[in-house]
Amino acid sequence: MSATLIVFFVLAALAVLGAVNLIVQRHPIHSALSLIVVMVALAGLYLLLGAEFVAAVQIIVYGGAIMVLFTFVIMLLNAGEEEHTNFSKLANIAGIPLAVAIAGFIAATIVHSGQPLPPAAAQGSLTNTKTLSMMIFRDFVYPFELTSFLILVAILGAIVLAQRER
Amino acid sequence: MNEVLTQYAFLIAAIIKIVILVFIVLTVDAYLTWLERKVIAHIQARWGPRRTGPFGLLQPLADGLKFILKEDPTPTGVDKTAYFLAPFLTLLLAVTSLAIIPFGPDFKVFGYTTNFGIADVNISILVLFAITALSVYGVALAGWASNNKYSLLGGLRSSAQMISYELAMTLSVVGVLLIAGDFSLKGIVLQQEFPKLGLLSWNIFAIGHGYGFTQVIGFFCYFIAAIAETNRIPFDLPEAESELVAGYHTEYASMKFAMFFIAEYTAMLTVSCLATVLFFGGWLSPFPGSWTFTQYLPTLLLFGLGAYAIYMSIGYETMLGRLVMPGVGTAMIVIGVVLALIPDLNHFVQGPFWFVAKVFAFLFFYIWMRGTLPRFRYDQLMTFGWKFLLPVSIANVVLTSAVMLWRMPR
Repeated sequence: MSATLIVFFVLAALAVLGAVNLIVQRHPIHSALSLIVVMVALAGLYLLLGAEFVAAVQIIVYGGAIMVLFTFVIMLLNAGEEEHTNFSKLANIAGIPLAVAIAGFIAATIVHSGQPLPPAAAQGSLTNTKTLSMMIFRDFVYPFELTSFLILVAILGAIVLAQRER
Repeated sequence: MNEVLTQYAFLIAAIIKIVILVFIVLTVDAYLTWLERKVIAHIQARWGPRRTGPFGLLQPLADGLKFILKEDPTPTGVDKTAYFLAPFLTLLLAVTSLAIIPFGPDFKVFGYTTNFGIADVNISILVLFAITALSVYGVALAGWASNNKYSLLGGLRSSAQMISYELAMTLSVVGVLLIAGDFSLKGIVLQQEFPKLGLLSWNIFAIGHGYGFTQVIGFFCYFIAAIAETNRIPFDLPEAESELVAGYHTEYASMKFAMFFIAEYTAMLTVSCLATVLFFGGWLSPFPGSWTFTQYLPTLLLFGLGAYAIYMSIGYETMLGRLVMPGVGTAMIVIGVVLALIPDLNHFVQGPFWFVAKVFAFLFFYIWMRGTLPRFRYDQLMTFGWKFLLPVSIANVVLTSAVMLWRMPR
């Protein structure tokens, strides 16, 4: 087993365990912390694929900015432990079979395709920051700017909603 | 055997370098507290620590011993996981961020070339920002987990402050990245070497740089934001003694408190290193390349320090002062002579010497400010960050790219 594969399995296990822990934990803060572990593990996986820039941005944006806001809100609201309500009947009956079915479907698709996915570096796309910026700011500049416009609108909307009535 | 060795050489080199770096960093942190107490004492016309050892130099050891031996009670009602996780996380991230700083040019040991730093990643500046982004959690969690309203307020203030100033800090660096065209810290330093004008070709001046543009504004924004990121005066609201007892680490004692303390000083160190690398030419000498005599400056400094130590030992009445101080002084002078006589060694020392000199200047500036400035009010802090620092750093990005575009050969 090569070193890369070992690192992959460690990170993958970390991501999955973090995700499971996120659901199992009762305290919102602990759940948020587990989600951070998932984000960081995912960044590690990106790094393993050779997408260094994406990995760093994943930690800065998701691990840092967004999750900080999550924990911030949880702390400010001083949310206590969750109380378990009665599960919905549908989830109780159909939940586990459905989960197994979806997992089986994904596994079957992967196995059926037969060949391993080509390595990311071979596609020569997102490995280099320069190529990435070329794509964003030259090839796809209009969709990119449109997206930023959309985000701007969302920010304005948030400000309008949060503003006190005068 | 030899093949295996070359295969794992980078791993062995990394481990050795990590051990050395952690040792040096912890020592520097300890003596930074000594320097801080000493400098602030002199600013306030006091003496500072001077009982433990000559000039109070053994004070950090005494402090460390005290930290280890103190009782470490866990307050009731804390969230155990987060309470124990917070100091470890803070210290871990603070020390990790130093791994990507290049302290000098590449060098050769036993025919094996290695970089003067632990990791040389081609996105090192982004890695640093990623670590900074995560280090908010340590403080926020400590404040929340302590189950104490002062701690919580300190933690919340700190998270808000770090999020606000992170933006300005990241944007203030963009100017340097534009000039360098590189995310690697080593690349940024190497690019500042030319056109061999000494300190004029550093990014802060960027004179004779082809199409570069002075980064004074960028440095101004970076350093202010960096002080806020490290929670130091005048931005130390998260631990404002007069309002919040001690802020987020009120409920921590003994070694866990020391971990926050060490992390804070390590963060100061990282931020100073980064300022040195980005704006002040990293390990490069401030003199033009043709001034070869400047390579004997380390020797000269050692001579001066050694002579001072011997001179100061005259007045000492204790055995320690009379025996150890002249010994240390003589050792310094001997090392200076050895440096001057072995050109290879002297050449090796140049890079780290200038790097340390610059970082020391920044650290001194930090302490100087702590001795001089009062604390911000909370609304002033937020207004300053969002309404002044952020627009100015954005303006710096626009200005730098405009000037570069204008001067770029077409």
